[in-house]
Order: sequence, then C-alpha cells, then structure tokens
Amino acid sequence: MIQDLLVYVVFMGYAIGVMLGIATLFTWVERKQSAIMADRIGANRAYIRIPFTNIKLVWMGLFHGIADGAKMLLKENFTPKTYDRFCFNLAPWLAAVPVLVVFAVIPFGGTIVPGDLIPALHDFFGSRSYTMQVANLDAGILVIMAISGIGILGTMLAGWSSNNKFSLLGAARAASQMISYEVSMGLAIICLVVTYGTLDLNQMVQWQSGTLFGFLPAWGIIVQPLGFILFLTAAIAENKRVPFDLPECESELVAGYFTEYSAMKMGLFMLSEFIEIVVVSALLVTLFLGGYNLPYMNDTGFVFPGGSTLAMSHLAVVVTQVVTFLVKVVLVGCFQIQIRWSLPRFRYDQLMRFGWKFLLPFAAVNLVVTACVRWLTL
Amino acid sequence: MKKEYWNKPTMGLWERLYIFEVIRGLCITGGVFFGNMWKWITFRKGALTAYYPEEIRSDYSPNNRGRHILTQRPNGEVQCVSCNMCATVCPAYCIEIQSTANFEDPFHPKAPDRFEIDYSRCIFCGFCVEACPEDAIRMSKDVPNLPGFDRTKMWAPQDLLMNWQPQRNPAKVYPSAQTSTQEVHP
Repeated sequence: MIQDLLVYVVFMGYAIGVMLGIATLFTWVERKQSAIMADRIGANRAYIRIPFTNIKLVWMGLFHGIADGAKMLLKENFTPKTYDRFCFNLAPWLAAVPVLVVFAVIPFGGTIVPGDLIPALHDFFGSRSYTMQVANLDAGILVIMAISGIGILGTMLAGWSSNNKFSLLGAARAASQMISYEVSMGLAIICLVVTYGTLDLNQMVQWQSGTLFGFLPAWGIIVQPLGFILFLTAAIAENKRVPFDLPECESELVAGYFTEYSAMKMGLFMLSEFIEIVVVSALLVTLFLGGYNLPYMNDTGFVFPGGSTLAMSHLAVVVTQVVTFLVKVVLVGCFQIQIRWSLPRFRYDQLMRFGWKFLLPFAAVNLVVTACVRWLTL
Repeated sequence: MKKEYWNKPTMGLWERLYIFEVIRGLCITGGVFFGNMWKWITFRKGALTAYYPEEIRSDYSPNNRGRHILTQRPNGEVQCVSCNMCATVCPAYCIEIQSTANFEDPFHPKAPDRFEIDYSRCIFCGFCVEACPEDAIRMSKDVPNLPGFDRTKMWAPQDLLMNWQPQRNPAKVYPSAQTSTQEVHP
C-alpha cells in the first residue's frame, strides 16, 4: 500500500513538474521561435547578475520567463467593481485546474517495475508493476473530454463576472467557439476509439507499437491522417490560440475575457494557455504519434519489420520511453507554436463556418469511413 | 461575374480547401526558421536586427548626425570661445555653457569652464554645428554609449566631449594652425 502511495506521489510530482517546466520553457520557445522565423533576435535582455561581480548571465533570454513570473506575482492585484466577486476570483482557477488535471490520465511511459529498476529496493517493492501514468483509468479519453470541457466554464465565468463589455463579448465568443470545436474534436476521438477498440490511453499506445502492412509503424497519424488534422485543428481552437484567438483578440477586445484581470490572476490564464499547449501536445503524441514508444518499440525492446528483435534492459526501456515522450511533446509543441506564428486569424463568421461546415462534415465522413473499414476488417 | 469589391480574392478549389495552403504557409515560415537556425547553430547571425547599444551598425550614413565632438587647438586647448551661440540656437535647450576668462591668451580670452550636453534631451538636429563660428563643435557619425538607465548619467561633460574617440574616423581633424591664427581679436 505504502509502495503504491510512494510511486504515485513520484508520478504526480513528475507530471506537474513536466507540465509547468515545459510550459515555462514554451514561453521562451514562443519568443525565440517567432523571432527566428521573422529574422529577429528575440527577447535577450533579462539577466541575472552574479552577486558582487559584474558577470551577467543572459543564457539566450531564458530568464525572461522568471522575470515575467516575478512581474505577475508582484504587480498590484487590481479588482474591478464587480457584483460577483466570488466568481471573479474563482474563474482563473476554473480555467487553470482542468488543464492540469487532464495530464493525469496521459501515460508518460510504459510499465515500470521499481523492484527491477533499483535492485536495492527489490525487497521493498517486490514485483509490483505500475504503468507510468498518474491515474490509470479505463475510460481515460472520456475523462479528458469531460474535464477539458470544464475549462470553458472558467472562461465564461471570467467574462461574465468581470462586469465589462469587452470581457463579456470575449466570453461569448470563447463559449461558442469552444463548444462548436469540441464537437468535431469528439468525433475525431470517436474515430480513434473505433480504430483502436479501446478507451484506455495506455492500451492505445500499445496498439500503436505494432506495425501496419508489416513495415509501417501503426501510429495514429498513419492510420487516421484526417483524424489527426481534425484533432489538431480542434485542439488549437480549444486552446484559443492564434488562428482561432477570437476570444482574446487584442485588436478588437483589448484582451478578451481576461481584460479585467491583473497580476497573477491574469498570469493564471496565460499559464493555463501554455500548459494547454503541453497537454495538447501530450494528447497528440499519445493518440497519434505512438505515445512514449519509438517506432517498432514496445515494453521489452525493439521488434523490427524484418523480424529481428533487440531486447533491452528494463532501465534502458524506461529511460528511452520517458525521454522519447518528452522529446515528442516538445517537438509537437514547437509545431503548434509554428502554426500560431504562421497563420492569419479567422474572422468570426469564418471561424464558425469553418467549425460547423468544414470540420464537422469531414469528421463525420471520417467516422463513417472508419466505422465501415473497421466493420469489414473485423 | 461582377466582383463585390475590387480586390475580392479569386480562389479555386485548391485554395478553398485551405489545408494545403496552410501547409504551404507553414513550409515557408518553417524554411525561414530552419535557415536562420542553421546560421545561429554555425555561429553566424541569423537575424536582421542589430543589437543596439552593443553593435555598431555598418550602414550609418556618412552625414549621420551622431555624438558631438568638441574640437581642440594644436596645443590641446578647447577651440570653443564660449560665445553661447550653440546654446542659444539649440531648440532642445540641452547645451549648458559656463564661461571662464583666460587673460594669458589674448586671442582667446574667453573659454568654457563647463560645456555640457544633456543627451536625454538632445534631438541631434545639428543646429549647434551650423551656428558655431569657430568650428568648435562637430558631430561624428557614431553614437557610442548613448543609452543609459539613469537620467543624470546622460549628461556628457566637456572632458568627454573633447576626448572620446570616434571609432569610425580616429583621425579627428582639427582646424589647421593657419585658420586659427587668422582670427584677429584684440
């Protein structure tokens, strides 16, 4: 019992650390990547001076994240005259917490047997094995949909309780946008469920470690290319980032639904946006890009298409899986940032038309085709 | 078909499908990104931006009005005779001159004791250079060390104005000896 508790506390710490760490890293990546692709240099002025010396550590602007955080924590927490102070204070948490909770069901590694991993702990752990995932739920993907739906509440509540017309407009836009894109996102996920035949994210990853036609890795992106594009689009729309940033469009609505927020409350909205990049990347990796496994890899080692196998020790497998997952998440996050800095924004009617008349029919057709193929091949 | 407005885009099916154009756009930005990244990785500069205070741009115009120089006579005395014309013409009121008398030198009995320019207010119009009858103040094309964090440190004292070394033309040309002897004053 105590062993389970220990392991899961470690998992939770790892999950939260990864999310916050990579989210902070992404604030830097976003600045630098957008700068480099626009022939600029990017933020590079924040520094830490080693005390009593004149040595300034710049580290390519990595300290701008710390400077941002310190600024948000130390600024005046201005509260507008609102009639609903409770909701006003609750909204940032409602926006940030579901994003954090979603990561709980995402597997960030395969099965781990702590007793085998560290021989000194063999007596303590015995032969217990754990899947590297905070909450090993059978219906993981449904939990993701359910919890990420709560995020809309935070946005709407923020706009409604701010007592500001800009906020209200932004919240109305956010609500309609997120609800309409959740539909096609759900359909894309149902296609995956039909393909993999399971709702458990860990089993989905294991399904993807097999091969297709004997040589292709059976990743979701190869089995469901249209589903991947639909899910990516819907996920970016859920995240309210640039091609779909109508809820907070700066040119029209000041800052959208969090216009009235200041200091760390506003920081929570920003942070939840960046954590959501991490979470969406992790979801994309898990559902479409083979999860924590390299191509042709499973929990025991590599099985190459020719039939040759490469057995790996348990430690090597665990390390490879964890590192692979992190690298994949960072790369997919960078891809999202590239999208954010490349594409122009939709107009609001275009956004709605795109969601309902373009994505939804495609998702429906994809589902029908997937179901037919699945029915015929079963 | 009449267009609704003059530059209404004409899009075929390919553009209307949107996804392929999105991929094309991503390829363009991605190409720029990886091109610049390759330059950074190979220790070259992959950006058009100049690091402003640290890096001196190479494309300053030769007539750029930069930091002021107070010229000197061959004996090292300041050329300025403290006539206050530059301070009078200065539209930003950023030149402060305090005069002193020097009766040892009958040709130049008056010289600045304190000649300071407030670079937080200077607008680099060059009027001071044009107004000067003695060619005592000039403007170099360089602007080193102009930015600062402290308003009080933006004052350039006479010492600095006389002695800072313009990096681009180290041969600071002073008025020749003949021209300085031509001026006839009691």
